[in-house]
Amino acid sequence: SLNCVEWSLLPPATDEMVAQAEQLKGRFQGDPSFEYTYTEINAEDAERLFEDGKKPMIKEESRLVATIEQIDRAVGIIPRGAFVKTPLGSVRENRHFEGLSLTEAKKLSSYFHFTKPVNLKKKTLLEKADLDPSTDFLDSLEHDIPQGSWAVQLEKGGTVVVLRSLLWLGLTFYHVPMTKQYGYIYFGTGEKNLDLPFML
Amino acid sequence: MYQSYALGIDLYQTQEPKSAYQTDAVGQDPYQAYGRGHGPYQPHEPGYGLYQPGYSPYDDQIPDPKSRMLAIQNAKAYLLKSSTTSGLNLYDHLANMLTKILDEQPANAVDIIENISKDVKWARFQKKMDTLRDEHEMLPTFEAAEKCKALFLKANGEGDEELEEEIGETPLPNVMETAFYFEQAGIGLSKDESYHIFLALKKLISVQPIQTCRFWGKILGLEMNYIIAEVQYHEGEEEEETEEEEVIEEEGKGMGEEDEDEKKEKEDEPPKSTYKPPPVIPREENGTGANKYAYFVCNEPGKPWVKLPPVTPAQIVCARKIKKFFTGRLDAPVVSFPPFPGNEANYLRAQIARISAGTQISPIGFYQFAEEEGDEEEEGGAGRDTYEENPDFQPLPAAEMVDSLSAWVHHGQSILKQGRCVWFNPFQKSEEEEEDEEEEKAEEPDEVQQETGPPLLTPLSEDEGIQNIPAWTAQCSTNLIPQYAVAILQSNRWPGAYAFASGKKFDNIYLGWGHKYSPENHGPALPPPVQAEYPSGPEITEARDPTLEEELAFKAAREEALAAAEEGEDEEDVAEDDEEEDDD
Repeated sequence: SLNCVEWSLLPPATDEMVAQAEQLKGRFQGDPSFEYTYTEINAEDAERLFEDGKKPMIKEESRLVATIEQIDRAVGIIPRGAFVKTPLGSVRENRHFEGLSLTEAKKLSSYFHFTKPVNLKKKTLLEKADLDPSTDFLDSLEHDIPQGSWAVQLEKGGTVVVLRSLLWLGLTFYHVPMTKQYGYIYFGTGEKNLDLPFML
Repeated sequence: MYQSYALGIDLYQTQEPKSAYQTDAVGQDPYQAYGRGHGPYQPHEPGYGLYQPGYSPYDDQIPDPKSRMLAIQNAKAYLLKSSTTSGLNLYDHLANMLTKILDEQPANAVDIIENISKDVKWARFQKKMDTLRDEHEMLPTFEAAEKCKALFLKANGEGDEELEEEIGETPLPNVMETAFYFEQAGIGLSKDESYHIFLALKKLISVQPIQTCRFWGKILGLEMNYIIAEVQYHEGEEEEETEEEEVIEEEGKGMGEEDEDEKKEKEDEPPKSTYKPPPVIPREENGTGANKYAYFVCNEPGKPWVKLPPVTPAQIVCARKIKKFFTGRLDAPVVSFPPFPGNEANYLRAQIARISAGTQISPIGFYQFAEEEGDEEEEGGAGRDTYEENPDFQPLPAAEMVDSLSAWVHHGQSILKQGRCVWFNPFQKSEEEEEDEEEEKAEEPDEVQQETGPPLLTPLSEDEGIQNIPAWTAQCSTNLIPQYAVAILQSNRWPGAYAFASGKKFDNIYLGWGHKYSPENHGPALPPPVQAEYPSGPEITEARDPTLEEELAFKAAREEALAAAEEGEDEEDVAEDDEEEDDD
């Protein structure tokens, strides 16, 4: 939506869209039907991507969808214990989740990425023994590369813990310890911060 | 159950020894009392039919009221009996549970009765009192609140009288008002935070001799954030820091002299480096150019304000080449290449200077140039430094402010490539530099071109965009109510810089990470090429030793030259021969 009054449904993201959108740089225009043309694409890539002979153009709404998908995948986070895995394998919201404690909330290891886990299988058996399979089935934030790509702060005298992502500048996650409130939101230009390793 | 049965029998027998008939009945009593606690079972309840009086093992009821009272007492004694493991007793627990249920009236209480029971027990849990008692723990929330409390206390005694005099013109900006306008655009901090900042600024003003003050913005950091206030002192008030700097310089010079003496003592001096560091460009005076305003920062409102040191051109030039996150601690080192001259406080100050120079804007006409004579004599055209408020300012309606970018002008002076606002010629021949020139006249650096930047009060339409994005994005706060709409500008070059204008009011603010926007990725500067250790000249370059034939040829050529120069003085010829033979 452009004015919070009229809303339009975006198409779901496909991997192809994501791959195309990663090559685009620069700000969004604000017009969903704007079409980007590739400027820096090799001849090989062009052949690979567009075998039908289509012109290399991508619409802004696809770019938008792909960016949303990338952000969710990369930095969408939840506190530990908010979701549980049932023995049958399905993931459900945990109705008994009462929030993290204050000490737990300051640690990065008590937050998980809300996507398919990538690093879980690479852990050693020793580490796996400590995990509780019903709550620890996702990647924790501790092992994010580069290290230190999250800024953890306590606001309002320690009643709210705020995590800000440095990879996608503008993604903010908040949680009120000892309560069920948490959530994340993105306000920004929609560009990945590729300079992150230089900035830390 | 069986224990109480035995007890019941004992009690009963001591008081009223009766026949076995009644002992049987006694066994029934606690049972029945328990049943009575549940109440008579209705036909639809699962307990129905299990403990019917007619079918229980202990069939007979107690007709006698006296013994019934006794039975009740026995039952109650049973319920009041404390458990050996937890120190609770059933009577109290049931009473608490029922109280809780009646207070809270949960839906389907009977389904969650076990959870309620568990919760009540959990609530009763008390830590054992050790002989060592923990100190009353200070919750971090409490500590933070204590700090904020100081903000809310009014200054006592002297403060009151001064306040009354100065209420006419306070330097204190109305932070809440600007926050309101920015909120119309969806930008800003929460009301709580704005109010805390308001009070913190008030405190700052009461401590320092400040003429004007403005909430500049907030810069986010990794561990802590910075809240920044832009301040202008009363004239003649800020001479504290220059003295410190002079002292440090003198000490440095003393050290340098000692080193030189030691060197001269050695016989073979190592070759002196011919490296001449580029001339240090002096920073601008406090109150002019990039140092026009002084900046105070604090991590949170309530913490003490720290003054940032004035910025030097070298720092600005270096800050343009690096991109680093702020950690939140002012004394943190900035590890980067090219090495930043200073710590985080200097880097922060340099970024603030760049942001201010690039994004401080106002509606056209609000400021006008002061009418002074002789502006353009010395500065060569880049002269006008000062501006003053225009008393005849007529505000444009918001729609016009948004439509064209030329309705806005920069009132922050832009910083030249050199790192200053006013160009400084580093190769002016001052007294100090003449001494250096006597020693080494090897290479005179080229004359540096005078740098010029856009003059003060240029409209925004002349700002360059980045690739195909304009430098500023303008919006009205609302299309629905144009009379009260506020014109909002967002900077695209410095994401996080915003400005609003509504009638005669306008303000700028920065909320962000403190970095410039660039669509290309940041590439660090390459290290400079390796410096030559020594100048290569004919004396030290290796050459092939001349072969015998070449020597003979050389000798022959020399003899011819000698023959030609025989008319000259004889002594000199001999001397030359000797020297040349030594060299060979």
